[in-house]
Amino acid sequence: MPYLSGEETVKELRRALCNPNVHSDPLRHRNAVLRVIRAMSQGVDVSALFSEMVKACATVDIVQKKLIYIFLCSYAAVNPELSLLVINTLRKDCQDPNPMVRSLALRNMTNLRLSSLVEYVEQPLIAGLRDRAACVRRVAVLGWAKLHDLQPDSEIDAAVVNELYSLLRDPDPVVMVNCLRALEGILKEEGGVVINKPITHHLLNRLKECDIWGQCEVLKFLQRYQPQSEDELFDILSLLDASLVSPHPPVMAATVGLFLSLCGSLPAVGLSALRRAQGPLLAACGSGSREMRFTALCHIQLLLRSLPGLLGAHYKRFFCGYAEPAFIKQRKMKVLVELVNDDNVAMLLDEMKGYCTDVNPDTAQAAISAIGHIGRSYSDRSLEILVGLLGLKQDHITSAVVQTMRDLLWVCPQCSSTVCLALEECEDTMQDAQGRQALLWMLGVYGERISSAPYKLEVFIDDVRNETSAGVKLELLTASMRLFLCRPAEMQDMLGRLLHHYIEEETDMCVRDQALLYYRLLHCGKEETEKVLQGRRSDPSLGVLIGPPAESISQWAHSFNTLAPLLQSTFKPDSKPQLSDALRCDPVETSGNCPDKQMDSSTHIQTSSSAAPLSLSVSPALSPEKFERLWLQPRAQHDEHAAEDDCLWIEESIQCPAVFQCSAQSLQASLQLVNVQTLAFTPAHARPWKVYLYTRMQLDSRGSTLILGELVHCEEEPVNEKERTRAPAAAPQEEKTVRVTLRQQPRDDETLKAFLSILTTVLHTHSSSNETLP
Amino acid sequence: MVTALPGDQPPVVMRHKDRYFVHVRQGGLFWVATTTADSSPFTIIEFLNRLSALVKDYCGVLNETNITENFALIYELLDEVLDYGYIQTTSSDILKNFIQTEAVSSKQFNLFDLSNVGLFGADTQQSKVAPSTAATRPIQGSREGGKSEIFVDVIERMSVVIGSNGVLMKADVEGEIRVKCYMPNCSEIRIGLNEEFSIGKSQLRGYGAAVRVDECSFHQAVRLDEFDNHRILRLSPSQGELTVMQYLLSDELPSAPPFRLFPTIERDKGGRLIVYLKLRCDLPPNSLFISPCVFNIVVSLSQELSSPDQRAELRPESRAVVWNIPRFAGGTQLSALFKLDIPDLSSASLLEVGPVSLSFELPKLTATGLQIRFLRLSPIQPSQSQRWVRYVTHSDSYTIRV
Repeated sequence: MPYLSGEETVKELRRALCNPNVHSDPLRHRNAVLRVIRAMSQGVDVSALFSEMVKACATVDIVQKKLIYIFLCSYAAVNPELSLLVINTLRKDCQDPNPMVRSLALRNMTNLRLSSLVEYVEQPLIAGLRDRAACVRRVAVLGWAKLHDLQPDSEIDAAVVNELYSLLRDPDPVVMVNCLRALEGILKEEGGVVINKPITHHLLNRLKECDIWGQCEVLKFLQRYQPQSEDELFDILSLLDASLVSPHPPVMAATVGLFLSLCGSLPAVGLSALRRAQGPLLAACGSGSREMRFTALCHIQLLLRSLPGLLGAHYKRFFCGYAEPAFIKQRKMKVLVELVNDDNVAMLLDEMKGYCTDVNPDTAQAAISAIGHIGRSYSDRSLEILVGLLGLKQDHITSAVVQTMRDLLWVCPQCSSTVCLALEECEDTMQDAQGRQALLWMLGVYGERISSAPYKLEVFIDDVRNETSAGVKLELLTASMRLFLCRPAEMQDMLGRLLHHYIEEETDMCVRDQALLYYRLLHCGKEETEKVLQGRRSDPSLGVLIGPPAESISQWAHSFNTLAPLLQSTFKPDSKPQLSDALRCDPVETSGNCPDKQMDSSTHIQTSSSAAPLSLSVSPALSPEKFERLWLQPRAQHDEHAAEDDCLWIEESIQCPAVFQCSAQSLQASLQLVNVQTLAFTPAHARPWKVYLYTRMQLDSRGSTLILGELVHCEEEPVNEKERTRAPAAAPQEEKTVRVTLRQQPRDDETLKAFLSILTTVLHTHSSSNETLP
Repeated sequence: MVTALPGDQPPVVMRHKDRYFVHVRQGGLFWVATTTADSSPFTIIEFLNRLSALVKDYCGVLNETNITENFALIYELLDEVLDYGYIQTTSSDILKNFIQTEAVSSKQFNLFDLSNVGLFGADTQQSKVAPSTAATRPIQGSREGGKSEIFVDVIERMSVVIGSNGVLMKADVEGEIRVKCYMPNCSEIRIGLNEEFSIGKSQLRGYGAAVRVDECSFHQAVRLDEFDNHRILRLSPSQGELTVMQYLLSDELPSAPPFRLFPTIERDKGGRLIVYLKLRCDLPPNSLFISPCVFNIVVSLSQELSSPDQRAELRPESRAVVWNIPRFAGGTQLSALFKLDIPDLSSASLLEVGPVSLSFELPKLTATGLQIRFLRLSPIQPSQSQRWVRYVTHSDSYTIRV
């Protein structure tokens, strides 16, 4: 269809519409109208034809009517006066013996969206609610919602609202569902439609009559109902059991959503509902529609957060098909990573290996990093594949592999020997800045074990003028410095050249400053330099806490069956860095998963001034003797003179089952993750179980505050008087309670509370991960 | 709005401020819905799929020209299906009452329009063009007293992974029975499946080889009262397409996988990569269509194929060699020899060859062995009515590791 200039078309169409010959022939008349609509849908502005179209409205031909109504609804807003002319025709049509005509007129009357027409519309709408044809009632019910939307300020008559409530008992299920929808809109300010017990049971009984769309809608509304007793709850749940395994994914999803919201207080029931829904969800994952597959995959990811081992046996269902689009493949890999266990790891890695050479570089990269993740628990097998991939000498693959190796090293330092061996043989220069940065980091940190490291750095240093990425420059500086410390003879000349270049010629201030800093640092002598540069090369605590703890359903239940899971594109590598992310207590630790960015203490110097509001640190160190002195000294008088001393004591009980059963080392490691130092602790099963810890906290302007703490758990007998008085009341919970005493000096209530919440989070994370471990 | 998206890049949901766009792709067209964040993605996607199926039912074929030709009809359809953004009904039984007049007439207008192109001002000529009643729309065609037909299609999709050692690593079959009914006055259909059809592992029936599936679900309109004893599905069909039953067989095929590949990959002295593929079809003699693909990094290619009507081409953008086999008889074997020139070929490059993916369609065959025993219609239809039972197995993903 050729595009004509708008004006010409409109003129031409007007001539056709006004032609009396055309008017006399209904077919030709209809054809002329059709051409107007066609022009409209092609984007021509035909609003100038409004009056002609209004005239054409007076016809007995339903098809023509429908076409004209489409036109009128599109252009009524720009021609409110002329639209008044239509209302008579529409009102007449509302009396038509043919229900189809009545519903059509009523629907379009409300679709005009003109507030000036409201007074003419109300009466037909009231009549429409009592119409004997269901299709008219459907339209009339929704008409009231449209009317309310048009005039949100004016109240809809209470009688109408009552009538709508009574229409919930309409024999036609669509009318019933429309009533819910309309009432929800009309009563939005009062919290939407009221779902009480009789309405709930009425809706449940009629659920079967609705089509799948109606069922979904009703199930969504039922989420608002709170059953009055547990018996009633279980009655409802058993009524819904069939929908839970419905072959229609929308119904299944809506039912699961309802189960989750009803069983908020009964997580076990929610979990078993999820287990039952896994079949239909899996079936949706194999649906013919790839969009449906994608949706199901995203929801399975949610499910796995609470039921980590759920679909382990079905891992083959998540193998990627060759023709599947990249976004499905990448989701599937994320699911596969979650499903890995001792039985399937061999098959799974074998399959993943195939994806690493995918034509789509993003998919290949995702596969490689997925293998890296599996490597955290099965490092030997994964590394074997990763090392093999280096042999392919494909630029994007090498880059992804190097980054993956770096991330793996950060968590599992025991892999270092294999990685160093592989790096020794890796000759490639990568185009990708991320990859080069990762390579440099590893060369710097493990330089003493890679014999060819200086020569690899030399390539970079020789090429320093062509380097554009600031990240790579910084990393190169740090790596050269580190390597210089362990292999001075080979590095001295190169480092000199590098520093000279960066100090004299570099335009990036950040890089130049860093170079200057290092230069001055070297003047301070080897020991000082080492102190600054010997950052942590790995984070064993991440390794200790591997195996993500099962989250509770309530963490994600609200986003189930919404668009949120589909939009989540960020790869959550594992849940550990979230811990430090969530706490935001130390900028160094927040980059836990990407050590290239800011992990050495030298960069720490730069960043700590701009740190997050809450910054913990363990330096300067506190000796055990000093701790003891501080801890014991004000204790005698802390009730009376606490305020004078400018120190603050608080005691709190934290519910964390099983924290005291796990090894002290792992607790220490996870506390260190948030920069809390443990000084002393009792063996795991000794009673009372005690841990002493301390940290310093940065106050924005007033220097720092020192926090000392004691964790006590005792099951036999309470240690002090306070505990004894509390014991009878808290007896059943005591098993799971750790009592925390904190002393802060100088006092600052807010930071102390913040610290307590950090501590609580750590203990919770720790104890829940401990529970899931066998 | 969304006009062009690269084939597989976009995720299903896009966001602009607080508005969300959900799309599906059907028939080469994007079907987009706008919505808010808390709506159910399952519902929207299912609805868009259903809508495209409805449009297909009414327009015959899904393509761009058909949509622009039938815009009026699609407006009507949308108007009846959605009101104020709420889904009213998508059942073709109900819709036909509302759309009935539209469908025929819009067809007439299309003919008018075609004859009318470029005839501005010559309106009087239009009356000479007689409206045609020969509608091509499937639903319409039957109601207008055309052929009354019913199609029962058993469609299966295989996804298979065969390891480099020839071991079957994964084999899933997803199947469905689809009924397309164009019979205006048919009140009930009875579909008989194999007597020995069984669901799940424990439930084995009969003495012969059982036809087994792992999971099975039925459309809610299907009555299953005779299913347990006689494996008969009863339903009252609506006009248009209906998926009666969906089933799934995982990790187990009743027979050997249909294709086996014997690859040999090596480097010759001139630094070329020699790929020799021998493909065997293990089906009973039968004719079918397949087109396998080999992934590779290739710069130039020379080929020797076992038959002249086959073709092989190199697709540098996807780094693949595509070998098209128009006809492949069961029980036979084909071979192909590809010589690939690759700059700086290393021994590691051999690792990058593969996997081989086959896409094929096996007509008259089901991988599970499911058969329709009989198809009975009541009331008994006049003799000119036609009943079709068709079987087809597609490759969803048939991958052979090299």
